[in-house]
Amino acid sequence: MCFCYLVGIEIDGEVDSAEAAGKQGKAAASEDGEDEDEDEDRPRGRRAANRKKAAQKQVEEDSDDEIPQRRSAGNRRRGKPGANGGENGESNKRNKRGGKKQKQGKGKGKDDDKSNRKKNSSEDSKSEGGEEEEESMSEGERARLMEEVEEKKKLIANIRNKPWRMKRRLKHLKEAQLFVDKFEGALGKGKGRKLYAYKVMMMKKWIKFQRDFENFKTACIPWERKIKEVESHFGSSVASYFIFLRWMYGMNLVLFSLTFGLVVIPEVLMGLPYGSIPRKTVPREEQDTAMDYSVLTDFNGYCKYSVLFYGYYNNQRTIGFLKFRLPLSYLMVGIGTFGYSLMVVIRTMAKNADVGGGDGEDSEFTFAWKMFTSWDYLIGNAETADNKYASITTSFKESIVDEQENQKDENIHLRRFLRVLANFLITCTLGGSGYLIYFVVKRSQEFANRDDLGWYEKNELEIIMSLLGLVGPMLFETIAELEEYHPRIALKWQLGRIFALFLGNLYTFLLALFDEVNAKLEEEKDIKNASIWFMKEYFANFTANNPNETGTPPPIEPADVIRGPCWETTVGIEFVKLTISDIQVTYLTILIGDFLRALIVRFLNYCWCWDLEAGWPSYGEFDISGNVLGLVFNQGMIWMGSFYAPGLVGINVLRLLTSMYYQCWAVMACNVPHERVFKASKSNNFYMGLLLLILFLSLLPVVYTIMSLPPSFDCGPFSGKERMFDVIIETIELDLPSFLGTLFSYAANPGLIIPAILLMVLAIYYLNSVSEAYKNANNELKKKMQMARDEEKNRRNNKDSTNQVMKDLEDLLPNRSNLPPPEEKKGQKPKVKPGAAGNAVNLQKDVSLASVNPNARGPVTQAPGPRAPGPGNSRGRGQGPPPRH
Amino acid sequence: MGATASKLPKDQLSEYQELTFLTKQEILLAHKRFNELLEREDRQQIGGSRVPMNKILTLPELKSNPFRRRICQVFSTSDLRDGSLSFEDFLDLLSAFSDSATLEIKSHYAFRIFDFDDDGTLDTGDLEKLVNCLTGEMDNTRLTSEEMKQLINNILEESDIDKDGTVNLSEFQHVISRSPDFVSSFKIVL
Repeated sequence: MCFCYLVGIEIDGEVDSAEAAGKQGKAAASEDGEDEDEDEDRPRGRRAANRKKAAQKQVEEDSDDEIPQRRSAGNRRRGKPGANGGENGESNKRNKRGGKKQKQGKGKGKDDDKSNRKKNSSEDSKSEGGEEEEESMSEGERARLMEEVEEKKKLIANIRNKPWRMKRRLKHLKEAQLFVDKFEGALGKGKGRKLYAYKVMMMKKWIKFQRDFENFKTACIPWERKIKEVESHFGSSVASYFIFLRWMYGMNLVLFSLTFGLVVIPEVLMGLPYGSIPRKTVPREEQDTAMDYSVLTDFNGYCKYSVLFYGYYNNQRTIGFLKFRLPLSYLMVGIGTFGYSLMVVIRTMAKNADVGGGDGEDSEFTFAWKMFTSWDYLIGNAETADNKYASITTSFKESIVDEQENQKDENIHLRRFLRVLANFLITCTLGGSGYLIYFVVKRSQEFANRDDLGWYEKNELEIIMSLLGLVGPMLFETIAELEEYHPRIALKWQLGRIFALFLGNLYTFLLALFDEVNAKLEEEKDIKNASIWFMKEYFANFTANNPNETGTPPPIEPADVIRGPCWETTVGIEFVKLTISDIQVTYLTILIGDFLRALIVRFLNYCWCWDLEAGWPSYGEFDISGNVLGLVFNQGMIWMGSFYAPGLVGINVLRLLTSMYYQCWAVMACNVPHERVFKASKSNNFYMGLLLLILFLSLLPVVYTIMSLPPSFDCGPFSGKERMFDVIIETIELDLPSFLGTLFSYAANPGLIIPAILLMVLAIYYLNSVSEAYKNANNELKKKMQMARDEEKNRRNNKDSTNQVMKDLEDLLPNRSNLPPPEEKKGQKPKVKPGAAGNAVNLQKDVSLASVNPNARGPVTQAPGPRAPGPGNSRGRGQGPPPRH
Repeated sequence: MGATASKLPKDQLSEYQELTFLTKQEILLAHKRFNELLEREDRQQIGGSRVPMNKILTLPELKSNPFRRRICQVFSTSDLRDGSLSFEDFLDLLSAFSDSATLEIKSHYAFRIFDFDDDGTLDTGDLEKLVNCLTGEMDNTRLTSEEMKQLINNILEESDIDKDGTVNLSEFQHVISRSPDFVSSFKIVL
C-alpha cells in the first residue's frame, strides 16, 4: 500500500517536472525513440536503410553512455510492450538512473536488487489496481526517497561526465534539480526536518563556495595567456617546460614566504640592529672595501653580514616583545622547506600517475598511439602544423621501416664496440670533470689565504662549474653519435648522462666544501680558545682594576672582536655565487646562442653566399630537456643552500620570475618549432622523478650538518650549542610542560625508534607485495578478457554464415542471459523469447556459455585498462527487474 | 563592439558551469569570442543563433587543425548537418577539449571525430582518411599506398581486439587510455 502511494508521488514528481512527461511516453512506446533521444545526432535515415548494421550499431550506441546497466535497462524495456504505458517507462527510467549508483556501490546494489526483485513480484499486481491512499511516509520509504534524492544529486554532480548534447544534459539537470528541490524538504520529520533542511542548505552553500573558490583559483594562475601562446606556436612539449617552470615558481613562492615570513622579517623587525654585536658587524679590516662593487658582487662585505646569510642571526632564544623563538623557527623552517617540497613533489607525481593511464609500455600500441594521439590539438600556427605533419609522416615511415627491419642488424660487433667505446669516453669525461672541480675547490682554498687575486681567481670555481655544465652535454651529444641509438633511447641516455654529470659535479663540489668546512672547524677551535683566553684575561684585569663592578662586557667595538671563520656563511656564499653564475650563464647562452644567432641568420641572410635560414646555422630550437634539467639542478642548489643562506630562496624566486618572461620572449622571438618532437607530456613523471631524486640528494648534506657538525661558536642562531638540533631539545625542556618532555625522551628512545622503523619496512614490504598481486591479477583479467572476446568473436563468425535473424537475436540475447533466473523471463512477455526460432535450445546453450564471463559478450563496453573494474563487476550480476519499490 | 554584446544571464552561467568542465572565466571568454563571431543582428539572441562552420574555422585555435571540419560536424546540432555551431555546441566543444575533461569524455569525442563516416566504427576508410589528415595536404608528406596499407594493417593488428577488421569505441578507448600523452594533447584552449 505504502508503495502505491510512493509511485503516485513519483509519477507526480516526474510529471510535474514537466519536460519529462513527453519523454516518458515516448520512451515506453518505442525503444528507437529512446535511443534516438540518447544520441540524437546519429542519422535516423541510415539506420533504416542499413538494417544489417543495425544490431551492431545498437550495441554501439548504447555503449556510448558507458553505463553497462543502461543497456540492460534498455533491453528490458524493449521486452515490455507498450501496454504498461507511462508507468513502465517510469520505472525503467528510474532503473536507468539506479544503474549508475550500482556501479559505484556494488555490494549494496546487489542487495537492493534482491529485495527489489522480491517486492517487484508482488507490486506488479498491486500497482495496477490501487491508487495512492497512504498519507504518512514510513521509515523505509523515507530511506528510499532519500536514496533517490542522493542518486539525483549524484547525477547532478556527474552530469558533465556524460557525452551528451548540452540540451540533453540541461534537461536532465533541470529534472534532477527539480526533483531534489521538491523532495529534499519532505525528508526528515519534526525536529529532524529542520536540521535536515539546514544541512541541505549548508551543503548547497558549500558547493557554491567550492565552485567560487575553484574559479578564484584558476583566476590566480598566472601566465595562462603566455603559455597558451607558446603552446599554439610550439605545441605542448615546449609548453610543458613553461608549465613546469610555473609550477616551480609556485612552489618556490611558498618556500619564500615560509623563509621570509618566519625567519628574515622577524629578524629584521625584532632582532638586534646592524652593528650591535660582532656577528652583525663588518670586521674593522674589511670595512674600507665593504661597500665596493666588486666585493659586494662576491657577496662579501656588507652582503656577508646581512640577513641573507646564516651568520647574521643571533642565538638569543627569544626576540622582540612577541618572544619570537628565532633559532627554533630557523631550524623548523629549514626542515619545513624540505618537508613541504617533498610533499608537493610526491603529491604531484601521484596525481600525474593517476591522470596519464599507464606510463606507456612502449611496445604494445606504437602504431595506434602514433595514429590516434600524435596530433597536438593545441597547435594554432600554420608553420608548426606543417612541421607536425612532416614529423608525423616521418615517424610513420620510420616505424614502418623499423617494423620491417627489426631483425636485420648488419655489423653487430662494430656497433657493440662503438657503444662500449662511447660509454668509456663518457665515463672518462665524468671522472675528469669531477676531478677538475675537486682540484679547483682545493685551489680556491689556497687562494682564500691570499689577497692578490684577480677576478678570475676569485670566481674560478663558479666559472668552471658553469662551463662544465655547458660543454659537457655538447660533448656527450657528439659522443652519442657513435652509438647509433634510436632517437628516443638516445635522448634518455643523454638525459641520464647530463644528470650524472651535474650530480657528480655537485657532489664533488660538496665533498670539497666539506673538506674546507672541516679545516675551518679546526681553525675555529684555535680562535675560540684565543677569544676565551682573551675574555678571561680581560675579566681578570677588569676585576683587578675595579673590584666593585663585575660582568660588564669588554668595551671593544664589535668590529674589532676576534671571530671565527663561520663556515655556514662560507657555504651559503658558495651556493649563492653558484646560483648567480648559473643564472648568468643561462641568460647569456640564451642571449648569444639564440638571440644573436637569430639576428645574424635573419639579417646577414640578405648578403650571404648560402641560405642561412635553411642551411647551416639556421634558427635555434628550444632545448626542452636541457632547460628542464637546468631548472631541476638549480632547484637542488636552492634546497641545499637555503639553510645557510635564507636569502637564496628570494633570489631564486626572482630568477624564476624573470626567466619566465625572458624565456617566453626568447622562445617566441628567436626559436623555430621542433622538427623532431620530443614528447614531454604532463603525465610524464620523468622530470618529477628527477626533481625528487635531487631533493633527496640535497637533503642528505643538510641533514648531515644539522645532525652531526658542531655549529660555529660565534655566528648564527645556533652558536654556543653542541649541535644544531639542540635547539629543539632546549625548547622541549624549557617551554613545554615536563610530561611532554618525558614523552619526547621516550619517543626518542632507540628501543622505540627501531621497532617503528621495522614496522615501516614491513608495511612497505606488505604494500609492495599487495600491489604486485594486484598487478598480476590485472594482467590475468586482461588475458581472460581477451580470450573471452576471441572466443565470442569466433563463435559469432561461425554463425555469421548460418542465419541473419539468429545473429540479430543473439545480439539482443546475451543481455537477457544476465537476468539470472529463468522464472524472471516468465514475467516478461513471450514476444522476445527466442523460442520463435527453431534452434532455440542451441542458442540458449551458447548464451549460457557466453554468460560464464559476463563480459564475454560482443564488443567490449569498457576498456580493460587499469582504470576499468574487473570484468566481474563491470556489469552488475543479476540486473534483476527494474527496482520498483 | 564588445560593449554591445549581450550578457550571459547569471543562472545560465551557473548552469553551464554545472554542465561543462569549464570555469566561469572560460565560459565568459567563450561567450565573448562567440559573440565576436556572430553577425551583429544576431547578437541579441545568442542562445538561438548559430555560427556557420567557415566562420568557426577562422578561429586561430582551430585554423591549423587538420580535423577542424570534423570537429565542427561532430559538435554541431544543426539539422542541416552543415557544421554550424550554436553557443551551447561551442561550449560542448570547449568542454570536451578542456584541461579538466576526463579521459572518458575526451576519448569518446576523439572517436567520433575520427569516425569520418559516422558509422560507429573506425574502418579502413576512416583510418585512411585519418592518416591523410595527419600527414597533411602536401604531396611530399603523403604516404604511398603501400605504406598506407602496411600502416593500417599494423594498427588493426594492435588495436582491433575482436578481429572484425574495424576499431570500435571500446577498443579505441582501450588503446587511448594507456597512452601517456593523449589527455595532454587533446586540448583546445581559447
